[in-house]
Amino acid sequence: MGAEHAVIVGASHAAAQLGASLRQGGWEGKISIVGEEALPPYHRPPLSKAYLAGEKHSDEMLIRPAAFYARSGIDLVLGTRVTALDRANKVLTLHDGGTIPYTRLALATGARVRKLALPGHDLDGVFYLRDLDDVNRIRSYVGPGKSAVIVGGGYIGLETAASMRKLGMKVTVLEALPRVLQRVTAPEVSAFYSRVHSEEGVNIVTEAAVESLEGKDSVKAVKLADGTLLDADLVVIGVGVMPATELAEAAGLAVDNGIVVDEFARTSDPDIVAAGDCTNHHNPIYDRRLRLESVQNATDQAKTAANTLCGKLEAYHTLPWFWSDQYDLKLQIAGLSQGYDRVVLRGSSQSGRSFAAFYFRDGHLLAVDAINRPKEFMMARRALAAGQGADPARLADDTLEIQQAFL
Amino acid sequence: MPLVKFISHDGYESDVHVTTGTTLMHAAVDNGVSGILADCGGACSCATCHCYVDEPWLEKLPAADDVETQMLDFVMDPQPNSRLSCQVVVNDELDGIVIRLPKSQI
Repeated sequence: MGAEHAVIVGASHAAAQLGASLRQGGWEGKISIVGEEALPPYHRPPLSKAYLAGEKHSDEMLIRPAAFYARSGIDLVLGTRVTALDRANKVLTLHDGGTIPYTRLALATGARVRKLALPGHDLDGVFYLRDLDDVNRIRSYVGPGKSAVIVGGGYIGLETAASMRKLGMKVTVLEALPRVLQRVTAPEVSAFYSRVHSEEGVNIVTEAAVESLEGKDSVKAVKLADGTLLDADLVVIGVGVMPATELAEAAGLAVDNGIVVDEFARTSDPDIVAAGDCTNHHNPIYDRRLRLESVQNATDQAKTAANTLCGKLEAYHTLPWFWSDQYDLKLQIAGLSQGYDRVVLRGSSQSGRSFAAFYFRDGHLLAVDAINRPKEFMMARRALAAGQGADPARLADDTLEIQQAFL
Repeated sequence: MPLVKFISHDGYESDVHVTTGTTLMHAAVDNGVSGILADCGGACSCATCHCYVDEPWLEKLPAADDVETQMLDFVMDPQPNSRLSCQVVVNDELDGIVIRLPKSQI
């Protein structure tokens, strides 16, 4: 029997937390974090925001400094891709043919961008946005007066648009559906974001069907199905992500829209846990299985996974929450709005830049989208986590203190 | 390098030296001080880096802005000396600052 060795595959938010939590939880064996990128785990959300806008240096992006891992006895094995997982022999194969044996394994492989097979997709100046390297490349194309076309009107697309407007660029956002953020918010919230982006000078085109990306070597324009030609010095495609499950799948672990884990973050192999964007897990608050793309889930589920590896079984039980910064808008989301049958607005979505949308189903509060409304976010996050209800009429009355709307 | 003393809710003390310009949040996270979660990485979006600043230093800090103030109203056990540690930047004047950490962030 060799010494215990916990190996974490992936080196982003979940991995950083897993490593730290394993040590905090008393794991005495070796810990390795194996990641494809060159940097230690870094904050991903600022990529489309402050980092793209040039307001943050890459040093400021690290979740913890490299010295933290050294001090904590956590080996960072960076620039390294795991190509195979042999569960019978408990060993990982690396892209360079090397191997790493493990006694316990944590999969924190995250998600990969969904790619569009558009004609012209391989032209220079066409980007996806997921990694620091992506944004470094994008940054070499940005500049005042240049034109950017962004394919996808989700959070990544809209944040990218806002950052590029800050840089003085001409920006068009193309959304295939009838409204931006359609899959994640109410029509009122979509309309609000469309309005603000228009006010900020972004050209938003909904129900846009992209036919091709045009150009010889570099992209020069985006052609829509209706014949419209949009000038483009660069194109950023942000049409969602898919869980990175190849390794787990090839190793025969249960995978169903993410690596299937139980409430203790255990996969179908008792020696392997998984955490973050790559997992499919049950959420007890909403009583359904979820695959979440968020820092909160990565961090919190990583803590559960680390506890499990340390022999302390504590069920994962958290309220999902999210945030998105665009211009002077601080959007904070508590809970999951999917399946709502009623939206209650507090404040106006049609003028100004501060309101909250509360989502209900069968009279139960599901979630809130709070825009420049930190109190509403904080109150709802606490109430949702505690199963506390809210009164729709009182929520809608902006003259009442927010606490008075919660039962 | 200014010294920051973190004291956990159960009395455990951690002394860390930080570079001027570092936030209290980073001072804690970078040095493995538990009790500060800082889920959003300093975007003032999550209120999981709540701390209490000991009196002598409290008045040396720039006042909390509107967003921070509103979030602080709803953290667990808010006190008049509550701050979000991601919004407090350490400088030489704060050398020796004592920061107490709450029992729970959420």
